[in-house]
Amino acid sequence: MTILADLSMPIVMGILLGGLYAVIALGLSLVFGVVKEINIAHGDLVILGSYFGYVAMTIIGIDPILSLIIGGPLLFGFGFVIQKYLLNRAFKISMDATLIIAFGISIILQNTYQLIWTPFPRGLTTSYALKSFSAGPIRFPLVYLLNFIVAIVVMLFLREFLRRTYLGIAIRAAAQDRKAAHLMGINTDRVYSFTFAIAVAMAAIAGVFLGLTFPFTPISGLPFLIIALGVIVLGGLGSIAGTFVGGIAFGLAQTLGGYFFGVAAQMLVAYVMVLVVLAVIPRGIFGR
Amino acid sequence: MPKETLLEVNHIDAFHGSFQALWDVSLSVKPGEIVAIIGANGSGKSTLLDTISGLVHPAKGSIEFEGKNISTLEPFKIVDLGISQTPEGRRIFPDLTVFENLKIGSYNRRARSERAHNLQKVYQLFPLLEERKTQLAKTLSGGEQQMLALGRGLMSNPKLMLLDEISLGLAPLLVNELYRALKEIRERGITILFVEQNVRRSLIEADKAYIMEAGRVVLSGNVEDLREEEKVKKAYFGA
Repeated sequence: MTILADLSMPIVMGILLGGLYAVIALGLSLVFGVVKEINIAHGDLVILGSYFGYVAMTIIGIDPILSLIIGGPLLFGFGFVIQKYLLNRAFKISMDATLIIAFGISIILQNTYQLIWTPFPRGLTTSYALKSFSAGPIRFPLVYLLNFIVAIVVMLFLREFLRRTYLGIAIRAAAQDRKAAHLMGINTDRVYSFTFAIAVAMAAIAGVFLGLTFPFTPISGLPFLIIALGVIVLGGLGSIAGTFVGGIAFGLAQTLGGYFFGVAAQMLVAYVMVLVVLAVIPRGIFGR
Repeated sequence: MPKETLLEVNHIDAFHGSFQALWDVSLSVKPGEIVAIIGANGSGKSTLLDTISGLVHPAKGSIEFEGKNISTLEPFKIVDLGISQTPEGRRIFPDLTVFENLKIGSYNRRARSERAHNLQKVYQLFPLLEERKTQLAKTLSGGEQQMLALGRGLMSNPKLMLLDEISLGLAPLLVNELYRALKEIRERGITILFVEQNVRRSLIEADKAYIMEAGRVVLSGNVEDLREEEKVKKAYFGA
């Protein structure tokens, strides 16, 4: 009985943390599923969202979540420009070219963050970021619950957008058959630009909630990119539901790993689980 | 029949990489006609359609649609102008529903405002598609997928439909049904240019035909005349 009560804490924390991981991974998964690009700058774009929230909070004095009203569209535009002027041109040469460009964007972003905000860790320490919440025997930070709710909202929005709008259906059509999409009158370059823009806007959202949850530095993008890769491998590439389940599986592996083997081993446990899943079901839990 | 031409292909050459797939190909289609392109595998029929659709740009020559040069336009602009292609192998979107496949057919601006109307007409032509509208397209049978591909092409509100091997791999009964649908599509004022390996069938269904060999047009004319042509009889009817 006591072990169950003790276990309930890491389980709840793992599931809630999984929500944050899912939001971080969603944009990476979308771009991979549609444009077939592995955007290795995705983590740095998430951190761009964190710094945007930081600037909004410390300099302008508005709440970081509220700042997304400006930050979301701004990063949407930034993503559109990256895909339109860099990546769309690069993938006509080869897929490797897009990888190199994304790597370059990653380095430029990291160094820009260093220059502007120094290597010191920053955090979005709002009043509610420190509050905790109790349910029965367990207490957990309020932001964890917030992360999970945001994950569900973002996913539902993305799903409905992809199902109901012309652009959404065009994005799915272009992902399934590029030639047929051309023949349907779809300007695939434009569709890819919008896809990347949506992914970066979601990265902005992820970044703000990441900043509310953890401190971040200019190089925090990389560990979260690797977590996001693990999440989409677990869930199955390009699937929204899969990304959500993958996020939760990863979060659980981390917190339960920490519970049983100590905090130092928690990431190791999570990655070993990714490897095991890859070996057993290479297409991931929701893979096609 | 009106005498102006809808589509005029003038002496085009086209390449796949360094391989020349079309040599000095010319062709013309008048409004309201059904025109067949006949030829064996690899004779350049599909490349010709892809060149008209803008997926391949001609290295030489020009393509005019309603008097406008379209040889350098992007595929989506060509769809906008009123040319749709139903590609070989159907190429429906497997993980979209039947309805979503049809909806995406009306992606271009000209077609969007006509969507409800065109959808009605497609369902009229293929009532089966309405029954299956919420199913994923990949769950349809081959013949149903071909109906969906045709319906999707119609949703773009085309003036000219390019059809690539719509009867390939289908049972004769289904093929009859598809060709009956083509006649109906023509009645609605849509011009049809189709590619077919089945010569006998083409020379019955079309008004005019072009026969291709190794990337060139070797023979063309009204189907009545072509049916009497010795060369055609020998090569395709074994007479």
